[in-house]
Amino acid sequence: MSHSQDKTPPAQLRDKRPDPLARMYGWANERYQLDGLIKFLKSKEVPMTRASIWYYAGGVALFLFVIQVITGILLLMYYVPTTDQAYDSVQYIMAKVHFGWLVRSMHAWSANLLILLAFTHMFSVFFMRAYRRPRELTWVTGCVLLGLCMAFGFSGYLLPWNELAFFATKVGTDIAGELPLVGPLFLEIMRGGEDVTGATLSRFFGLHVAILPGIMTVVLGLHLLMIQRQGMSKPKGWSSLPHSQRRAMPFFPQFALRDMLLWFVVLNALAAVAVFAPMHLGHEADPFAPAPAGIRPEWYFLAGYQALKWLPPTVGPINGELIGVIGMGIVGLLVLFVPFIDRTPEGGPRRRVLDIAGFIFLTGLILLTVLGHVLE
Amino acid sequence: MIYPTLRFLFPPEGPPILEKSVNVGKVADIPPDSGQLFRIGNKPGLLVRDAAGQFRAHIAICTHLDCTVQFKADESIIWCACHNGRYNLQGANIAGPPPRPLDPLDVTIKADEVHVSFPG
Ligand code: FES
Repeated sequence: MSHSQDKTPPAQLRDKRPDPLARMYGWANERYQLDGLIKFLKSKEVPMTRASIWYYAGGVALFLFVIQVITGILLLMYYVPTTDQAYDSVQYIMAKVHFGWLVRSMHAWSANLLILLAFTHMFSVFFMRAYRRPRELTWVTGCVLLGLCMAFGFSGYLLPWNELAFFATKVGTDIAGELPLVGPLFLEIMRGGEDVTGATLSRFFGLHVAILPGIMTVVLGLHLLMIQRQGMSKPKGWSSLPHSQRRAMPFFPQFALRDMLLWFVVLNALAAVAVFAPMHLGHEADPFAPAPAGIRPEWYFLAGYQALKWLPPTVGPINGELIGVIGMGIVGLLVLFVPFIDRTPEGGPRRRVLDIAGFIFLTGLILLTVLGHVLE
Repeated sequence: MIYPTLRFLFPPEGPPILEKSVNVGKVADIPPDSGQLFRIGNKPGLLVRDAAGQFRAHIAICTHLDCTVQFKADESIIWCACHNGRYNLQGANIAGPPPRPLDPLDVTIKADEVHVSFPG
């Protein structure tokens, strides 16, 4: 009896033993120097100004991307990428698979929200001038990420093989085919032939679930790494403020916790829209049926779509679409090179021109999108 | 390695399309002032019978950005829903973004049946 009692350590000794969590931390810290990482995270600060609310957009976009990955992988379990089964398999997911309607609706809604947040993030970075030296490449990778998101949207749109998607893909690939010299080759590679067929569906599927995720992972990794390495951009005039007037919040854990709280809110909002406004599937694609009246692309292509409708068929010897493609290409390049155009340290006339240009661009984009939605 | 990869991306040629002509239906079954889509080879075709009873057919692919066009009865035109492109019943582009007329097909009536074929 007394023997077994001897084995139990006295109370004061028991309390000194590190708890299992601390022991695990110690184990990992010894190998991966976690103390350094935490010190780094704790020293990171987020400036608190009136514009701080915009700092959350990038984080929410990242969270939505994670949702896309999870729901996308779930959909892969049932989706079949062939012309005779794609539509039926999506219908099966929505009607028969447990919570299939929720998973698909969340995937579709989250895709739209992600693009909206990516645009919001881009414009807020633009107007706050957070892209300037030394963060030029963070901006460039961000633009590439936005382009990738749109490519995800475009390729994923075809996968249910419904009527709207079929014609949207015809139009979208045909626009790319307008490019001089490489256009026809590009068209054939994208469509897997002359027309939009099952071959196109296979290619878009591969693009959507393998090629784009691969590229996205690398570019997103770079984007995040750059942000961590360089820290947050400080707003204009911040560095000239006296120390006592600089309001800032430690990134870890304060800002990170707020980020997570917002993600939680977004997740709930997403689930609510997915439940109350589920995405419809429409009619199955029929290559020998006419394009339905009222056909429109997804909202983020509406501005381009409206511009296409207004372009004259030909301008001199050049096709109207070609002018549209070149115009959009130039705008895209200008956006990509913004950090290299705006190099004045603080303010200055060139900055004002850029501000006005950005404002006109944003207003034009919104206006064209609304018109694309309401006009016949 | 680059050449085989690039070559791999271009699909091999499919078998040639031998179907040169299709029977779209009986004259009596197609009322005046109507249009109907049919398949010719691997393309959609549009047969239109105007108010005077005359038949015309075109490849139903819009010359703007490839959508499939349709007969619009209320305006008696050929219409493309994608960007509101309009063609008259002869297939000429009359409004909207299409840059060229529709490609025509030949129509022949044999034993009260409407046959449509590729020209030439
Ligand atoms: S595709 Fe027909 S008007 Fe654009």
